[in-house]
Amino acid sequence: MNLEPTYATHFFVTGDPMIYAADVSILLVSAAIVFVLTYFKKWGWLWREWLTTVDHKKIGIMYMIAALLMLFRGGVDALLMRTQLALPNMHFLQPEHYNQIFTTHGTLMILFMAMPFIFAMMNIAVPLQIGARDVAFPYLNAVSFWLFFFGALLFNLSFVIGGSPDAGWTSYPPLAEVPFSPGPGENFYLLGLQISGIGSIATGINFFVTILKMRAPGMTLMRMPLFCWSVLATTILIIFAFPVLTVALALLLIDRIAGAHFFSIFDGGNPMMYVNLFWMWGHPEVYIVVLPAFGIFSEVVATFSRKRIFGYASMVASMMAIAIISYFTWVHHFFTMGAGPGVNSFFAVSTMIIAIPTGVKVFNWLMTMYRGRIRMTVPMLWTVGFIPNFAIGGASGVMLSVAPADYQYHNSYFLIAHFHQVLIGGTVFGMLAGMYYWWPKMFGFMLDERLGRWAFWWFNAGFYVCFLPQYVLGFMGMTRRIYVYPAHMGWTEWNFISTLGAFMMGVGFLLLVADILYSIRHGERDVTGDIWDGRTLEWSLPSPAPHYNFARIPVVTARDAWWAMKEARKRGEALPDARPLAPIHMPKNSGLPFLLSLSFFVAGFGLVFNWYMLAVAGFLGVGLCLLLRSFAEDKAYFIPVEEIARTEAALGRV
Amino acid sequence: MAVVHEASDAFNVREHGHHHDEDALRIFGFWIFLTSDLILFACLFATYVILSNHTGSGPTPADMFDVPAFTAETIILLTSSFTCGLATFAMHHGRRGLMLTWLIVTLLLGLAFVGLEASEFTRNALAGATMQRSAFLSAFYTLVGTHGCHVSFGILWMTSILIQAWRKGLAGEIPGKVFIVGLYWHFLDVVWVFIFTVVYLMGVMR
Amino acid sequence: MALHPSSAPHGGKRPFPWSHMVGFILSIVLTVAALWAVLARALHPGPLTTFILVLGVLQIVVQLFFFMHITESEGPPWHAWMLMLGFVFVVAIVAGSIWIMSFGTEAY
Repeated sequence: MNLEPTYATHFFVTGDPMIYAADVSILLVSAAIVFVLTYFKKWGWLWREWLTTVDHKKIGIMYMIAALLMLFRGGVDALLMRTQLALPNMHFLQPEHYNQIFTTHGTLMILFMAMPFIFAMMNIAVPLQIGARDVAFPYLNAVSFWLFFFGALLFNLSFVIGGSPDAGWTSYPPLAEVPFSPGPGENFYLLGLQISGIGSIATGINFFVTILKMRAPGMTLMRMPLFCWSVLATTILIIFAFPVLTVALALLLIDRIAGAHFFSIFDGGNPMMYVNLFWMWGHPEVYIVVLPAFGIFSEVVATFSRKRIFGYASMVASMMAIAIISYFTWVHHFFTMGAGPGVNSFFAVSTMIIAIPTGVKVFNWLMTMYRGRIRMTVPMLWTVGFIPNFAIGGASGVMLSVAPADYQYHNSYFLIAHFHQVLIGGTVFGMLAGMYYWWPKMFGFMLDERLGRWAFWWFNAGFYVCFLPQYVLGFMGMTRRIYVYPAHMGWTEWNFISTLGAFMMGVGFLLLVADILYSIRHGERDVTGDIWDGRTLEWSLPSPAPHYNFARIPVVTARDAWWAMKEARKRGEALPDARPLAPIHMPKNSGLPFLLSLSFFVAGFGLVFNWYMLAVAGFLGVGLCLLLRSFAEDKAYFIPVEEIARTEAALGRV
Repeated sequence: MAVVHEASDAFNVREHGHHHDEDALRIFGFWIFLTSDLILFACLFATYVILSNHTGSGPTPADMFDVPAFTAETIILLTSSFTCGLATFAMHHGRRGLMLTWLIVTLLLGLAFVGLEASEFTRNALAGATMQRSAFLSAFYTLVGTHGCHVSFGILWMTSILIQAWRKGLAGEIPGKVFIVGLYWHFLDVVWVFIFTVVYLMGVMR
Repeated sequence: MALHPSSAPHGGKRPFPWSHMVGFILSIVLTVAALWAVLARALHPGPLTTFILVLGVLQIVVQLFFFMHITESEGPPWHAWMLMLGFVFVVAIVAGSIWIMSFGTEAY
């Protein structure tokens, strides 16, 4: 089929004032960035320090910045939707614009906000917590980041070039097939996710190997911080779940660009097979993004209660159980397909079972706080705020798992309220707790606590105001993805309250940004490296940590290794580390991950518009980068002892 | 305790940056990648199995599959897996010349396999059985083609390693690379055995 | 994993890859057996399907043990555990999909 002429005339999205405003602001921001970099002669710095870096700490920071930017864009999408729904029969947005916005909101929040945010926290904390100098494959780590970055860029580009996807974040066929979605929007979705998905699989493998093979001597598995355990569980899920997404997206893309019939309605295609594959990834995915949050809450709760985590072994067991069971619950996303009583019963029961290990964890956090010396810092606030939130979200999840009842809840606002409660209350609260907790470790200064509290309370209160009414709306029959509703349904008040809550959350986000900007100037500097009186090894290092992390690899003798070292020191039992410094073997920076991912971007862009020459050029670039890396000789270097001694002395650690 | 022993190995990797330890790390990482790739093929198999009787107006599996052709492809790929194993074996015993020879034999067998598959696809497509014809054909070309792409990528990759081993001998990173590309090749053989069984044999059984 | 050649050759004798030979012969035998069983219609379709699938599983075992040396590792064999977990998920994906997607084709 030849869709070239339509694509050419619709290359730039036209006709909507909001898109023009976005075009202008994108141009202005880009021009400003170029100007600042040129004026301050920072291009070389940007390339050497950031674009080519293989340092896990810097990669983590880049992931975090990207996640916050995407949280902003996804949040603006949410506010536009809530404004449209605030009152009956609103015409704030065009219907097709509304469809695009709920599609991009969901996709951005799950794949380009939650995923990079968990990768940010993994990169920042895991190597430091296990006493390693970097991840197992630092070069691959950079490849992962840049694949994510260019995948996200490709997806976001659809906003101004070609038009956004509008078939929902799940992109179900046959709606997402060419006859019903003829524009390039769906191709942007499929290729953007595909490119960043490759990076996610690589990250999964990388951290799995890092945690199993790179731990400091004495750090047995059962002495690992719980955050590392949560990341291990998450990586297992990534390794086994993401290839399923790869296949689902690839088959839909083959349908769209090669005219195959996997999911079409004619010639034997079966659209439900896409749904089956999508959720086979999709359900593990929600645990992929929530397990690291559980890990962060465990770290935060222990640190700020000044107690060992309660029930460490049961925490580990429950995370591992979740990792396995979450692979056997996917059909609960489409009970209404009507796969028969046997199938629905099996997946209803498995869904109920997975609530048990999750419940165990909630009790463990509460028991850790019990009789602890609690400090209500901002990370602790997000953690304490999470618990009731997740309990309500979990309970409504169990309601949804009852297959016959699900016929009533399915695709209603009850479902919307449920998954926002677990994804915001779980993942977003967790990532923000982690951001506040590890911020001093990343940058050497704290985020302001007072502004942080304001941000938390606005966001948390706004959350309940926004989503509790949506449970009610669900019971009243309001279904998701509707664009307008009539006045006489009795939905008006609840929708209006919900919109107010959404804007309160927006205020919370702005306060968060204000906190970051304020603290860059005025935040308390962390000179000790252990500003929270922490328990795990990352707090044994200066803030920010030197690029080789540990001058001498620590020897671990107990769980909560750093706390044990501090206790030994207090008792006067600890001897100073007498091991001589040795040269440190470190990977060299490389520009290839950036160029490799850029080539993927070019190939993806070519495929979006069926410009096969451009796609071939992109893939040739990919091949060339792979070959250059395979033939590369000079990939690592040694930091000499004198330089380590100098750095350590400058950091006040001799 | 085994875990302590393993942790101190990890310690050595960074302390000495020894090729041997980095090789072990890469080989381990590659095994994990293979488990991930296994899932990818599992999804394609699941899709094929679901759609294989959705032939629409197109040919059925029994109409299309040619017993001598797919048997030849199978024997060639099994043999290449064997010669690839011989190359690794020669490398273990420090016999570079023999290793290079077996790698070249493996590559030639791989090329023959891809050539046969391409001719099978072309023949079917020219007879009107294209992937646009029916869901079964979409699933067939995608499953078998994905494997073929893996083999083709393996040929390019192995060639690159062959050149490196030619120039540098068995020093440094080369043995690890040869071992890893060998793992990849054997893995593709495993996948093919199931394509042979599920696609071709069950196809002609119907 | 002993990747690098030991400096001392084994008593001057040329090593012979016995295990590879055995593996190769087994894989050919298994393939021919499956092919014969299908072409000769040796069994009814149901048992025949099971039979050739079992032969396929045996082929995996041959490749893993004779060619891929799955038992060699430093430290605990995490890769073997992951592979086993992977096989569990493969069964879940394929068998689960067949079970779920066979709705409507059931006679009820």
